Amino acid sequence: MTILTQLKEQITAQLPKLDMVIGWERGYDALHATPLFMRSVEDVERLQIGPLAVHNTATYLTGLKNKKVGLVVKGCDSRAVIQLQQEGLINRENVVVFGFPCDGVVDLTKLRHHIGDIGRVKEVKASSSELQLTLDGQEQQVTLADVLADKCTRCRFPNALVHDHFAGAPREAHAASDDYADVQAFESQPLEARFEHWKQEMSRCIRCYACRNACPMCVCRDHCVAQSRDPHWVTQEDAVREKWLFQVIHAMHLAGRCVECGECQRACPVDIPILALKRKLNKEIKEVFNHDAGVDPNAIPPLLSFQVEEENINERGW
Amino acid sequence: MAEAKFIANDKLTAWLDELSATMRVLAPARQGDAVVFAPYVAGQNVELGQEATAPPKSAVFPASEDLLRYDYRKNPEDLGQVDVELFPTITPEPTLVFGSRPCGARGFLIFDRVYDGAKYKDPYYLARREATVFATIACLQTENACFCHSVGSAPGDATGSDLLLTPLDDGYAVEAVSKKGEALLGSSLLAAGKKKAAQAKKLREQALKDMGEPQDFGPAKDKLLALFDDMGFWEDVSAKCISCGACTYLCPTCYCFNITDENAGLTGRRVRSWDNCMSFQFTLEASGHNPRPTKAHRLKNRVGHKFSYYPALHEGIIACCGCGRCIKSCPVSVDIREIVTKAMAHEPPAVEEAAK
Repeated sequence: MTILTQLKEQITAQLPKLDMVIGWERGYDALHATPLFMRSVEDVERLQIGPLAVHNTATYLTGLKNKKVGLVVKGCDSRAVIQLQQEGLINRENVVVFGFPCDGVVDLTKLRHHIGDIGRVKEVKASSSELQLTLDGQEQQVTLADVLADKCTRCRFPNALVHDHFAGAPREAHAASDDYADVQAFESQPLEARFEHWKQEMSRCIRCYACRNACPMCVCRDHCVAQSRDPHWVTQEDAVREKWLFQVIHAMHLAGRCVECGECQRACPVDIPILALKRKLNKEIKEVFNHDAGVDPNAIPPLLSFQVEEENINERGW
Repeated sequence: MAEAKFIANDKLTAWLDELSATMRVLAPARQGDAVVFAPYVAGQNVELGQEATAPPKSAVFPASEDLLRYDYRKNPEDLGQVDVELFPTITPEPTLVFGSRPCGARGFLIFDRVYDGAKYKDPYYLARREATVFATIACLQTENACFCHSVGSAPGDATGSDLLLTPLDDGYAVEAVSKKGEALLGSSLLAAGKKKAAQAKKLREQALKDMGEPQDFGPAKDKLLALFDDMGFWEDVSAKCISCGACTYLCPTCYCFNITDENAGLTGRRVRSWDNCMSFQFTLEASGHNPRPTKAHRLKNRVGHKFSYYPALHEGIIACCGCGRCIKSCPVSVDIREIVTKAMAHEPPAVEEAAK
């Protein structure tokens, strides 16, 4: 039995007890999957998994309070469930998690680098090692490893870390640890160059806040500091200063909470590489508190707790 | 109109250099992994091969603009008395938008009916609109998300443009559509192109054929209105929406704005900035009441505005140019075509027969 068939059976069996189960289905074309809200057995038939099922299903959880929700999750999605549970933002009893072993997902921006315009792809066949695309009447092969999202190439948790049902056999992780080599490489540049990088990247931001709304940990939503009129913390101008301020606030609020699912960056319509900001803060949290967000349901995020003396902060030596 | 012209590929940069010497030229430029309209700098590469990630909307309708500046002045004799001095700020710059697609230029026709209407005239919009010229490139290949032919347009539609360029193997056929466009054809870099124009016309017609049968969204006007109170329908179609504003800010026809006073001590600016109906604050009233409290209410407005309320006010014209950016740039691939089609096919549940 394939993993998908097994998942469908598990979901069908649980569906009568749930308001909905969230997974993925084919979107408006062969290259785009889209979140699927399953409420009936017919809906379950449309379920798809695989390298195009990019969205983090846990993003919807906090908007569905008081509902019984089933979630189909990849490893990174499951970390968001754990993190939300740690912070008391969801009632775990109302959530039924369907896990499966994830082979990684495609970064469509990377795919664009390989095949050019991705807007005219007519057919996609995915195997565990490559994508076969039909574009302008021609078939093209792309090696999956070349277009995997960066988060997948360093993935430590391909299997759902928390699950009530699991389909298939757990797979091995790509990596045993994350050395934040990308962050270190960026940090080796002079301060001016780094600031210039962000000024340029942020200049095309359209302030749509897709990064915020796609983030499973961004839970203020309708009351966000970026749009609050009273107090009016951030102006409504189309200025790099304001856009940058928001990104810094966003990153700070996610320190030690960000599960690095990369949804902020994937959602950005103008491809601003903003996951780097969150990774930088997670790197600091790892060094100071040895904490990984969304791994252990019983852990407490370091910035949500208090100790008179932190082990790795030499307060008295200053 | 003037006779059709032709610009060879190897002369395009020189022509842009020439044009940018007399006016601001906005052209699609690669920034990171996106293509956005940016001020053209002589010699720079322009990305004309694909539809830009963001449309040229901000050329006429900036993401934020000062409506006025103000200074507060305290009376030294009576500190309780404060005067305010206002400074108007309309300063349009002659602008050429080069390399937009027909949908991007046509979007402003939807704006015109609102900001240049019989009842209201928006001086800021009008000044910029008047100062802007569009040299548009016809699409010979369309993307999966494109549906301009279903909203009264076509991949070679020149409506709303001043010049229409059609890509050929060795260059572009250049045809004037308006007097403003004609005035740009004086360059010696342009060759005569009557034959090229005939070839271009055939290519444009083929591109339209390649798009297949258009959808008829006409019936949506009444159907969407009939669904106004059916929140079950709207909750269903908006379930996956994450209620960000990417669709509206990337839309060439979305024209809603917010006005805020941005103060700094005794001076300040009254800023008009893009706003969007996907945002909770959009309809949040001072009392704290919000008539559109959920994303279902908000998505209903976006779809309804484009395919029902606007057409009802403007001779059936749909407030959508079919560029497909709201579909292809949506983080969760919400497809407005699918929602409108569902609405048109929706049959209200049969009312149970009254007690016999």
